[in-house]
Amino acid sequence: MLSLRNIQKSFGDHHVLRGIDLEVAKGEMVCLIGASGSGKSTLLRAVNLLDPVDDGEIWFDGVDIAEPGLDPQPIRQRIGLVFQSFNLFPHMSAAENVMLAPRRVKGLSRAAQRGRVEELFDRFGLGHRIDHYPDQLSGGQQQRVAIIRALAMQPDILLFDEITSALDPELVAEVLDVLRSLRAEGMTMILATHEMGFARELADKVCFLESGRILEEGTPAQIFDAPREERTRQFLSQVL
Amino acid sequence: MTKADENPAMPGRRAQYEAALRRRSMWVAGVSTSLVFLAILVLVPLAPGWEAVKKSFFNWGVFSKTFPGLLDAFLLDIAIFAWCAPLIALLGLFVAICRDIQKPALYPLRLFATVYTDVFRGLPVILVIYLVGFGIPGLGLPRPWNSPYIWGSLALILVYAAYVAEVIRSGIGSIHKSQSSAALSLGLSNADTMRYVILPQALRNVLPANMNLVVALQKDVALLSFVGPVEIFRQAGVYKSLYANFTPYVGAALIFLAITIPMTRFADHLMNKRRKQEQ
Repeated sequence: MLSLRNIQKSFGDHHVLRGIDLEVAKGEMVCLIGASGSGKSTLLRAVNLLDPVDDGEIWFDGVDIAEPGLDPQPIRQRIGLVFQSFNLFPHMSAAENVMLAPRRVKGLSRAAQRGRVEELFDRFGLGHRIDHYPDQLSGGQQQRVAIIRALAMQPDILLFDEITSALDPELVAEVLDVLRSLRAEGMTMILATHEMGFARELADKVCFLESGRILEEGTPAQIFDAPREERTRQFLSQVL
Repeated sequence: MTKADENPAMPGRRAQYEAALRRRSMWVAGVSTSLVFLAILVLVPLAPGWEAVKKSFFNWGVFSKTFPGLLDAFLLDIAIFAWCAPLIALLGLFVAICRDIQKPALYPLRLFATVYTDVFRGLPVILVIYLVGFGIPGLGLPRPWNSPYIWGSLALILVYAAYVAEVIRSGIGSIHKSQSSAALSLGLSNADTMRYVILPQALRNVLPANMNLVVALQKDVALLSFVGPVEIFRQAGVYKSLYANFTPYVGAALIFLAITIPMTRFADHLMNKRRKQEQ
């Protein structure tokens, strides 16, 4: 479904991605792990076309979306991204946050969406919060709304950029439960994460990033129990 | 069991101390203010020219005769203000958006917006009013297009829209980039991102700053008197000549203050509310 080849990206003199290759099959969950600054977030933002890559190919559904000059808008509608800091629109209620993009992009009226949106809120335990504003919600609730907002566009693939890193520890579980439920449903997902337990439990594939390269990839068992690379071992011993 | 548990209504030591401090400072402020006012009331009438000033600026007879006429003339100020303000808001918004346009085909708009704000913020208001207010009717336009109301108002609109545009642009700049990232990541267009996500937040952030411009505009309407309209300042001038007395100007000042002070207070109130929200 998604195939990255030799992705290169620099910010000024800083060479952030140095040739990433990655295959993601439909329905797979891939976890990117690695230290801060290893390029996980940049990679996700590149796939969503927020920070276009300098070189390399991103094949998505038979099209190279890294092609310079390609209109990013229709691609982004099919590749959702959830941010570490939620980035809800503070001047809109939770429901309005969710309904804005389908309304403007797909032309679905509020009335046409409301039923489905209410279902989504109910499903993730937020039925009673649907008309609240972001500043009336806890961090965990805000992040769940942000996930619903991405889901409402019915994307083919969802990217999660360290979505539990800004949360108090006791709120992490409620957000991970949402991911678990999406996993069960067969959603294709790529996560940049520090939640090693979660990655081990649910990922199909774990990639260890180091200085803009995928140093090692494999099943959770391979990476967590028998890492081949010394750097991977070092990193895991620090975080586990 | 502590004292607070026995009697929850009993204020703590800190609260008692602060209450005493507050009473003390209110007392000091009250006394010093009274002393200053007393000094003014006693000393000013002792000035050698006071009797003359009193007669020509604070003449009750002239005041009561001219005040209703001044109020009438002030209606024109309000009317000019009322049709200028919405046009200023629209033009200011348009120019602010033009300045951030990225599309190369629309570069002329961006250039125009930049030159426009530079020029009109760089000129004294009164100069623009003279140039536009006298210059354009001088082209020999037919009625009603030679009216000083139209061209004087246009001058005000041009100048104030330039300031409003800069204020709005600073508001757009104050919205964190993560907001547009989130909107774009959902597949929204650049235009929709601006319209639904960035602008509503930006405009709310700069509301207090724009309120200050509203107050300034209300005052600057008086400048139109130089190109013709008999609004309150001009009317006061007419009365001054008629009665050979300056009291009508004091009357006009009071009328302006009656409008602008509440507006200024309201702007401050908005500013404080904003600051509290940001904490």
